[in-house]
Amino acid sequence: MLKVEKLTKMFGGLAAVHDVSVEFEARKINAIIGPNGAGKSTFFNLISGLRKPTSGRILIDGHDVSRLRCDRVARLGVGRTFQTTHLFEQATVLDNLIVGHRLRTRSGLWDVLINSSRLQREERECREKAREALDFVGLAHLENRVVLDISQEERKRVAFALALATEPKLVLLDEPAAGVNPEETEGLARLIRKMAEHGLTVCLIEHKMDMIMGLADKIMVLNYGEKIAEGTPAEIKANPAVIEAYLGSDHDAAA
Amino acid sequence: MRRFASLFTHPAARWVLLALALGFPFVASSEYQVYVMATAFIWAIAVYGLNIITGYCGQLNLAHGGFFAVGAYALAILTSDHGWNFWPAFLAAGLVSAALGAAVGVVSLRLKEHYFAIFTLCVGFIIYLLIDKWEALTHGAIGIRGIAAPDGFGLVDFSQTRPFYYLALGFLVLAIWFAGRLASSLLGRTFMAIRNGDALAQSLGIDLMRNKVLAFVLSTTYAGVAGALYASMIRFIGPEEANPNHTFDMITYLLIGGFGTLFGPLAGTVGVVWITQSLQFLEDYRMVIFGPLIVVLVIFMPRGVVGTFLGWKLRKDAEAARADARPGVDGMSGTEVKPHA
Amino acid sequence: MNLLFQQVLNGLTLGSIYGLVALGLTLVYGILHIPNFAHGALYMVGAFASYFFMTDLGLHYWIAMLLSGGVVAVLAMLCERLVFHPLRNAPPIHDKIAAIGILLFLEAVVQMFWGSDFRRMASPFGGILRFDGLIIPEQRLLIIVGAFTLMLALHLFLRKTMLGSTIIAMAQSREGAFLVGIDANRVAMLTFAISGMLAAFAATLYAPINLVYPAMGHLVIMKAFVIIVLGGMGSIPGAIVGAMILGFAESFGGFYLSSDYKDIIAFSLLVVILSFRPTGLFAKGAH
Repeated sequence: MLKVEKLTKMFGGLAAVHDVSVEFEARKINAIIGPNGAGKSTFFNLISGLRKPTSGRILIDGHDVSRLRCDRVARLGVGRTFQTTHLFEQATVLDNLIVGHRLRTRSGLWDVLINSSRLQREERECREKAREALDFVGLAHLENRVVLDISQEERKRVAFALALATEPKLVLLDEPAAGVNPEETEGLARLIRKMAEHGLTVCLIEHKMDMIMGLADKIMVLNYGEKIAEGTPAEIKANPAVIEAYLGSDHDAAA
Repeated sequence: MRRFASLFTHPAARWVLLALALGFPFVASSEYQVYVMATAFIWAIAVYGLNIITGYCGQLNLAHGGFFAVGAYALAILTSDHGWNFWPAFLAAGLVSAALGAAVGVVSLRLKEHYFAIFTLCVGFIIYLLIDKWEALTHGAIGIRGIAAPDGFGLVDFSQTRPFYYLALGFLVLAIWFAGRLASSLLGRTFMAIRNGDALAQSLGIDLMRNKVLAFVLSTTYAGVAGALYASMIRFIGPEEANPNHTFDMITYLLIGGFGTLFGPLAGTVGVVWITQSLQFLEDYRMVIFGPLIVVLVIFMPRGVVGTFLGWKLRKDAEAARADARPGVDGMSGTEVKPHA
Repeated sequence: MNLLFQQVLNGLTLGSIYGLVALGLTLVYGILHIPNFAHGALYMVGAFASYFFMTDLGLHYWIAMLLSGGVVAVLAMLCERLVFHPLRNAPPIHDKIAAIGILLFLEAVVQMFWGSDFRRMASPFGGILRFDGLIIPEQRLLIIVGAFTLMLALHLFLRKTMLGSTIIAMAQSREGAFLVGIDANRVAMLTFAISGMLAAFAATLYAPINLVYPAMGHLVIMKAFVIIVLGGMGSIPGAIVGAMILGFAESFGGFYLSSDYKDIIAFSLLVVILSFRPTGLFAKGAH
């Protein structure tokens, strides 16, 4: 599904991601772990097109997307969340989600001027898609609540819903469980599993090891921008290079 | 309290507002008041433009006054120096501002936040300097006289204050109507998504440049149209129309009214223009008060009068709705599952 | 020969003044990531403060300059405390608008007291030096020497003192500075104070060969912005180099091309640079 070949990104003289090759299968949950500053977020930014790689290729279902702009990549079916997703606080949850399906619509200025039937139809579609996504993440009842009033964990789910409304094939989740309590983390893990069960390929960055070990089908470990291991949770746990990297660093992921 | 507040957001409120505006010349105590109101309407049109790029799209445009002046000068030069009829010249003024906006936008909107603000500040100043220095085209500091009033085709005389007032009101209504339609459309939502962050918007598949340039061109068109109307009302313009302070004035109006709200530009502009009018001594030193007011608003009430009111009401409504009917849905499970993609 | 020399001298003078203003702007940007649109107003207040101390209180030029530096430094610190500090976590558009609010306020206040007339500031250095047919007005020499002295002093302060090195540390990494126990608030205030003081000195140095009026900061601040975009936002050497480039471009451009349009040169330069390098000429590739 996602195939990365010799991906490198240099910032100034430093390699944030260096010569990483990896392949993620469709409908699987893939995790990327590593100490702080290991290049995980940069890796996501490269895949989603926010940054251009210095060298290497990124293939999604065989299409080379490494030179495409972020919005093009999104249209090809890559959705993502951020560590903090800025939502419009003073609007309702549903209002925040409607724009998520915008990329599948074509109405422009002219449609707005004449209030064309295409615009009306597409607005309906976006609304439906937003509801569907909200329902999928289990927040259908919050539709009309103002974002300001919902909890941290609910915001996380809204951010998921926003990514899902783009109709992705691959979702990149950047620390989806940061800042939520263990019980809620469990709930989010169930949601992520549900995404995979519904045919999405999931790729996540996470520091919560318990969650990763129980959730991921495959784990890739980055350290100083380089891939030092990949494999099943069991393999990763037993890998001496991984243990070395974690013990050598600040232990931020040891939980 | 919430009931009372609902009066303002009731759909009929805008018709009441329109009726008040239509009736204003009949209750105004002098022609001068009508004139001031017409001026306020024209500025409000420009502020609606600023609201599109800065309020909805989140890009602080500091050249807005410049585009206002471009519209004013385009109309002035075409009607006064080249003898064009008003309406073709008016159309041309709008197009010139739009085209210039497109050219500036393509270059400047690639820039992030601070750079965009700095760049547009400089663009505004270049426009000012050019208007001041390029005497062959703009007559420099002398300014341009004999600008045509809107052509009423022998039916109405728009060089009179009252007819012009209604013309300005007509354009204002058009401006608000389009802004409203835009804001509630997918396109407006796209602009607002950009305001929430470039990276997030891009990851939602939004073409940043295309949408930002579109928002910018819309805003400069509004500014140009407003400028052209302004020139045709006062009939004599000089380089001071391009003074960057006009941009700052418009930002003040918008901030006080409320960024990114539909009625903020109107409330802010009309409100501030009347406050400064009624406090005549303030005219020259109004910034002694408005300067600190801007700072205080930005710190304590960044959403302006209208935005704060709407935010308050939205939450009150939500609270009331929750009190009315406690939803019996289990939040975590999300049992009804629809297949995705 | 003499004409050429005059242009060089002129370029150096302009570059020196722009440099001082741009340094303050770039320091503040480096630390707080605020494009301080009010910086030009601080420069203007500096000129008026000196003018007031000299004409109304009859103080000597140097004393007036020092006092003015103090006044504007305090004013800049107040801006930081009362305005920018409360806005440090607000959306990026807010601090810019607040800066505009400060700018409008300061201009209006000065206009209220002094009117919008143009005023001349006397200077004890009105004489002209002659070297072998070359004419050097004393004030211009003073500007160049004064500016370079100040730049050197700033350099020494930033590199050789503990206090100065905290500014550098914070400019490089806010979180890092926090970790090693630097009081970010103090550094921010200090930075604002230095930037205000430099602006006041620049204004007092330049005012005698120019004029004093409430809108005098407009062009200067915009050129300072052009300079720091040119030199990389937040870069100190970049600000000095950028200032010299702009000073010479204006001096020679104004002489050989058109003096009417010399102010446009700066902005055209900016448009051209940003069209090709959206993050400035010397900006590093990162982020």
